[in-house]
Amino acid sequence: MSVDAKTVRKIARLARLEVSDERLEPLAVELNNLLGWIEQLNEVDVDGVLPMTSAVQTEPHLRQDQVTDGNIRDQILANAPKTEDGFFVVPKAVE
Amino acid sequence: MTDFTKLSLSEAVAGLRSKQFSSRELTAAHLEAMEAARSLNAFLLETPEKALAMADAADAKLAKSEGGILEGAPIGIKDLFCVNGVKTTAGSKILGEFIPPYESTVTGNLWADGAVMLGKLNMDEFAMGSSNENSAFGPVINPWQRDGSNTALVPGGSSGGSTSAVAADLCLAAIGTDTGGSIRQPAAFTGLVGIKPTYGRCSRYGVVAFASSLDQAGPIAKTVTDAALMLGSMCGYDPKDSTSLDVKTPDFVAACTRSLKGLRIGIPKEYRMDGMPSEIETLWEQGTQWLRDAGCEIVDVSLPHTKYALPAYYIIAPAEASSNLARYDGMRYGTRVDGADLNSTYERTRAEGFGEEVRRRIMIGTYVLSAGFYDAYYIRAQKVRARIAEDFRNAWEVCDALLTPTTPSAAFGIGEVSDDPVQMYLNDVFTVTANLAGLPGISIPAALDHQGLPLGLQVIGKALDEETCFAVGATIERAAEFNAKPTHWW
Repeated sequence: MSVDAKTVRKIARLARLEVSDERLEPLAVELNNLLGWIEQLNEVDVDGVLPMTSAVQTEPHLRQDQVTDGNIRDQILANAPKTEDGFFVVPKAVE
Repeated sequence: MTDFTKLSLSEAVAGLRSKQFSSRELTAAHLEAMEAARSLNAFLLETPEKALAMADAADAKLAKSEGGILEGAPIGIKDLFCVNGVKTTAGSKILGEFIPPYESTVTGNLWADGAVMLGKLNMDEFAMGSSNENSAFGPVINPWQRDGSNTALVPGGSSGGSTSAVAADLCLAAIGTDTGGSIRQPAAFTGLVGIKPTYGRCSRYGVVAFASSLDQAGPIAKTVTDAALMLGSMCGYDPKDSTSLDVKTPDFVAACTRSLKGLRIGIPKEYRMDGMPSEIETLWEQGTQWLRDAGCEIVDVSLPHTKYALPAYYIIAPAEASSNLARYDGMRYGTRVDGADLNSTYERTRAEGFGEEVRRRIMIGTYVLSAGFYDAYYIRAQKVRARIAEDFRNAWEVCDALLTPTTPSAAFGIGEVSDDPVQMYLNDVFTVTANLAGLPGISIPAALDHQGLPLGLQVIGKALDEETCFAVGATIERAAEFNAKPTHWW
């Protein structure tokens, strides 16, 4: 599997990262180098192996379904780049 | 007069308790050392007022013979941990002026035990790196230098600010995080002890996430006992982290004096790498001999999937990172760079806010998780990971702990390795397996190489058996009699 400039553009789009046109080719080379190195995983026999999901198997804790926190609007907004009347202000998202 | 900054954490705590000196004196001495060592770039934020206020509070408790196990001891905090009301950057520009309105559980535990905060420590951006050259706020300099040279060396990474600060005696101990080796590798590069506990021992609540299934917090300290003291405070079940283990925290300090008689130590043959300096091989043999002398039985073991650990890691960690870092969209916190529309605002915010290595890993992670590739990459890597964990389980049939080198080299110069990502990733070749399998691993300084730079040995233990790591680590520490310090040039 080899990545070309077109694929790099698509990945960058999915990742919401702005990439200039002249960076597409160099990035493709870089990603291919890494992916080429990762390819060696195909040598491993993983037939019948279940993907690992946790290091130490334990029973997950359940808690009461109740509100444990809240009423901290001002704390939450304190770090926002833009706010107004107790709301986040974001660029227009719906036409 | 005692030079307070030369004390170990345990000595300092004992001196405070017996009222030989106050926390204010001890803290002030460290603040002064920090100020004089700014050329190391170890601290991103110094918090002297907070430190002195915490020191005074500790002194009030100590005067009444009260207080916790770390009462009055000044320490440093990797800037990945949220501390209530203190700016947190994760080594990145994207968080802007972010001030968390909450406390990470690990730092909360340390404050509850009386520790004093000196400041926030530099690190590779989002903990992605092995040299601390990826910080948005400039590289950290290792206080160690090669004999007869003043070339600036890296302190390792990603917890490079933490290790540089402790090695230069700017704080009694520090905390770091370890996703692929980020505590143990920099500890080895700076002549310090660093332990990554079993996954789930330390709560991840309030720690900026990198790769959630691998991230663990741990201490960086001058001695094995100091590391045990710190880890005992940091651990504990936390309902705010669903992966936190509800298990009792053992007495790690007591484990440091345990006898090793009859303990079986495994030597994994796959850790003998081509091109590894012969000094590291020799040190490994020396370490084996020390443990034999302490009454251990040495057994050869095989961990056949070792060579696949790094490639598996470089699928799993970027995949989880690309997902975790999706939250940095410039809307609710951090820096926002306006674009023509919503998408271009996202794209510009993230392109300008993230550094090169972080962008690289987000791209890789996004690719391996994208439609059509998920099974071929991510699921396969998680299966290989299961194989790696199985290797360890098989080894535990015949041994109780493993002894390995911590790193394949000593500290290198700034800019010497950073051109080639894969070359840089190889720094973690001996440490990353413990992250993938969730096992505890400790690095202990054991010798100086021919250039006068420290080298470390690593002990990997069974899940939840940090006690054996500490017992073996303390034995190596006693046998190695490692007491070298960097020459004060800064």
